[in-house]
Amino acid sequence: MIELAIARKLHGAGGAVNLNLDIKIETGDFVTLYGPSGAGKTSILRMLAGLLTPDDGRIVCDRQVWFDKSKRINLRPQFRNLGMVFQEYSLFPNMTVQGNLEFALQKDQPKTNVEELLQLTELEQLRDKKPALLSGGQKQRVALARALVRRPKLLLLDEPLSALDTAMQTKLQDYILRVHRQYHLTTLMVSHDLNEVIKMSKRVLVLEDGTIKKDGSPLDVLPLDNLKPFITGNLSP
Amino acid sequence: MLDLAPFYLTLKLAVVSTAILFVISVPVAYGLAFSRWRGKAIIDAFVGLPLVLPPSVLGFYLLLAFSPQHAFGHFLEKYFDLRLVFTFPGLVVASVIYSLPFMIQPIQNGFRSVPVALKEAAYTLGKSRLTTLTKVLIPNMKGALLTGCMLTFAHTIGEFGVVLMVGGNIPNETRVISVTIYDEVEAMNYHQANVYASILLVFSFLVLISVYLVNNRAFKVDPYHD
Repeated sequence: MIELAIARKLHGAGGAVNLNLDIKIETGDFVTLYGPSGAGKTSILRMLAGLLTPDDGRIVCDRQVWFDKSKRINLRPQFRNLGMVFQEYSLFPNMTVQGNLEFALQKDQPKTNVEELLQLTELEQLRDKKPALLSGGQKQRVALARALVRRPKLLLLDEPLSALDTAMQTKLQDYILRVHRQYHLTTLMVSHDLNEVIKMSKRVLVLEDGTIKKDGSPLDVLPLDNLKPFITGNLSP
Repeated sequence: MLDLAPFYLTLKLAVVSTAILFVISVPVAYGLAFSRWRGKAIIDAFVGLPLVLPPSVLGFYLLLAFSPQHAFGHFLEKYFDLRLVFTFPGLVVASVIYSLPFMIQPIQNGFRSVPVALKEAAYTLGKSRLTTLTKVLIPNMKGALLTGCMLTFAHTIGEFGVVLMVGGNIPNETRVISVTIYDEVEAMNYHQANVYASILLVFSFLVLISVYLVNNRAFKVDPYHD
């Protein structure tokens, strides 16, 4: 279980936003943060990862305190066992696909972790290629596999598919769901693609102006008026 | 007959200074590139001083500092038996200070040119700052490192004011190529001066061509975005 009770003032292009939330995420859930740009979605992931420090609050993951302002605890990103997939992939250009994955191995971890993930994400043929030679979809698969080498319990996905075409998005969504189940992950994804949110998540947190406005299953909380006919199959001719 | 000793001495000075500066500059440039400490402006200014000061000013103060009549020089001589005035080690220390910006500034820009997300990705993969530095940052800024080394090397080869002030003109000890040229001109040996000077000119031109070639190659294909 992840408990996140944080506050931070964010300064973005659209002005200042006071981020203030208190959420709990059950182990094994697939949760999406949905909301307009500038609402603070990415900042929430960054604060979970330890890349951004909240002004106040507490972050607890499986009873391990990652951040507690009152007790002056702030675990560095290195010590928070999570996997993060960045919007812009962030693959290391100097390493091959396999090199990127092996870099993520921790001391005492067997190389079979890398092999298993190369297989699972169907990257075996590309293992010796440098990232510059890969397509967007391939890069994102590498980023996903690399985030999982460490065997994290929590996976953070920051709009992982926004730069891909629809066909590639569908394929990648399947990969993400596959690893989510296979590794019993708790996954928190940022997305503003309604189709993606409905397909993938059990629970959606709708973030507006720095606070959670709605919390529930995708069909209950999302603005689905335009999509409902497609979902229920009642398309009028 | 062309005396090759000044060439040898100059090359030795340039190689030693570049090597020392490289070792010093990587951590300093890392700190300057990523630190949010306000006082770093002072360090930035100190590093940049040799760009704006006449070499004679720098040379003059180094001469004072190194001289055994003053505290620092006295300290070195008393405790380390080391004299920096009119000696090769003195030239090296002076060159290192004089060429600081030529090494630190390109490396600092190199650190800033690597996308922050790469550093963050390495951190979220559990990698320490040192591992991130050696395995992620440095391999992705080779152009900047090479530029720093080449500029420092070439700049040290071309030094005149500082080495003359600190080193004087002692054959095989401090008489570098630029000082030799000055000497030959003073003695009206224009032909000899011309030979030395033209070799230095061609050499410096070649170094600069290499720097631009390296940089063009580094920036032509961006390995990060296709």
